Amino acid sequence: MTDLFSKFDPLIAERQALLDTGVRDPFAIVMEKVHSPTLATIQGRETILLGTYNYMGMTFDPDVIEAGKRALDEYGSGTTGSRVLNGTYQGHTECEEALKEFYGTKYAMVFSTGYQANLGLMSTIAGKEDYIVLDADSHASIYDGCALGNAQIVRFRHNDVEDLDKRLGRLPAEGGRLVVLEGVYSMLGDIAPLKEMVAVAKKHGAMIVVDEAHGMGFFGENGRGVFEEAGVEADIDFVVGTFSKSVGTVGGFIVSNHPKFEVLRLVCRPYVFTASLPPSVVATAATSIRKLMHAGDKRAHLWENSRRLHKGLRDLGFNIATREAESAIIAILLPDQNATVRMWQALIEQGVYVNMARPPATPAGMYLLRCSLCAEHTSEQVSQILDMFATAGRATGCID
Amino acid sequence: MTDRDETFAKVAALIEPFNKKGAELNEATTFAGDLEWDSLIVMDFVASVEDEFDIMITMNQQAEIENVGQLVNAVEELRNDG
Repeated sequence: MTDLFSKFDPLIAERQALLDTGVRDPFAIVMEKVHSPTLATIQGRETILLGTYNYMGMTFDPDVIEAGKRALDEYGSGTTGSRVLNGTYQGHTECEEALKEFYGTKYAMVFSTGYQANLGLMSTIAGKEDYIVLDADSHASIYDGCALGNAQIVRFRHNDVEDLDKRLGRLPAEGGRLVVLEGVYSMLGDIAPLKEMVAVAKKHGAMIVVDEAHGMGFFGENGRGVFEEAGVEADIDFVVGTFSKSVGTVGGFIVSNHPKFEVLRLVCRPYVFTASLPPSVVATAATSIRKLMHAGDKRAHLWENSRRLHKGLRDLGFNIATREAESAIIAILLPDQNATVRMWQALIEQGVYVNMARPPATPAGMYLLRCSLCAEHTSEQVSQILDMFATAGRATGCID
Repeated sequence: MTDRDETFAKVAALIEPFNKKGAELNEATTFAGDLEWDSLIVMDFVASVEDEFDIMITMNQQAEIENVGQLVNAVEELRNDG
């Protein structure tokens, strides 16, 4: 009889061959202690965190921590129930109120993760006769949501306005249309030309969802995301987001002004058939979201850090995925898996943690070292990071 | 040449630039197995087929298409629908 695991043999062999060269496993890092949004102890060594998506550094904010502790005391450690049964506490509705205020929308719905928010929306909103038109570089949660539902799925080339226009133009007149966009694409850190894409989607009568997982907190006047900065708020039907990046905890959400939005609470399976977030989590999220409304100084420092790291790495001779810093993600392109792992290891030994990304998570078979900056990185830390990249890059031959 | 033969010839010509292995092309040639295409090549190739015939092949339809013959059939069907 076939061993069900035999399909994974090629992956197991590839991984073993890599580890046999003596490198540390980039996917098995343990944070032994976490000292702040930017510092942790990894294998006994104090390490600067440069790959955590903790953009606004809210994880150790005293008000956020206090709100979480209070909720633990007052409401206990968990809800043990679905949002539609016994799992909606005062804190969940307060968190949704905070989101409505942050986004200036009529409705907000909190999911247990950002992944589930996309899973729920994609699988539910478009039926068998409808079309979902998505960017080829869309996040796995968007693809998985499409796979869970019954809609007809059409892809367009990444960030290609003309291709989107062409594909929408070929759709039959019958059936609904949903265009799925992301503000920031997390692998390369590039942003979408939302003004142009939204205009094309509207021209073809499509509804539009924008995922702002990596844009919330520091794009636009109110930190709502790339869609706010692009000035297209009025044309967006749904914004999907997460609490696990700028907000600094875990959870996901959808906000909207559609008058029938609330019905999604009854029909979204990834909302109904799972336990709701613990009271402490929604309390920390709500507090953090309210503080993010007035975080202008932090935003400015995050942008300064991002631009400085981008320029510094470029000057050192690294190949970066975007010409300028378009977001707080700076992705370094490396030629192959071997060079990428060696560089990653040299960095962790120097004392800086970055993300390694490889196919199939990356577009076009790329090998990447992804850096994500934090508003709490000091200017001095950015200097240290650049020094460590210089040393590691020269030691591994990735730069001259 | 029948319409189907013509479609086959056009599809074969579109496969050529992506046929790095120089695999032999016939009705039974598979995209994943014989041509060893990954999902990114598939996307570029499908886009070129869509443009050539001015049709749309959804990802749902693509999932059902494993070999060249099935693709030619799908193209024929989609052209007739349009």
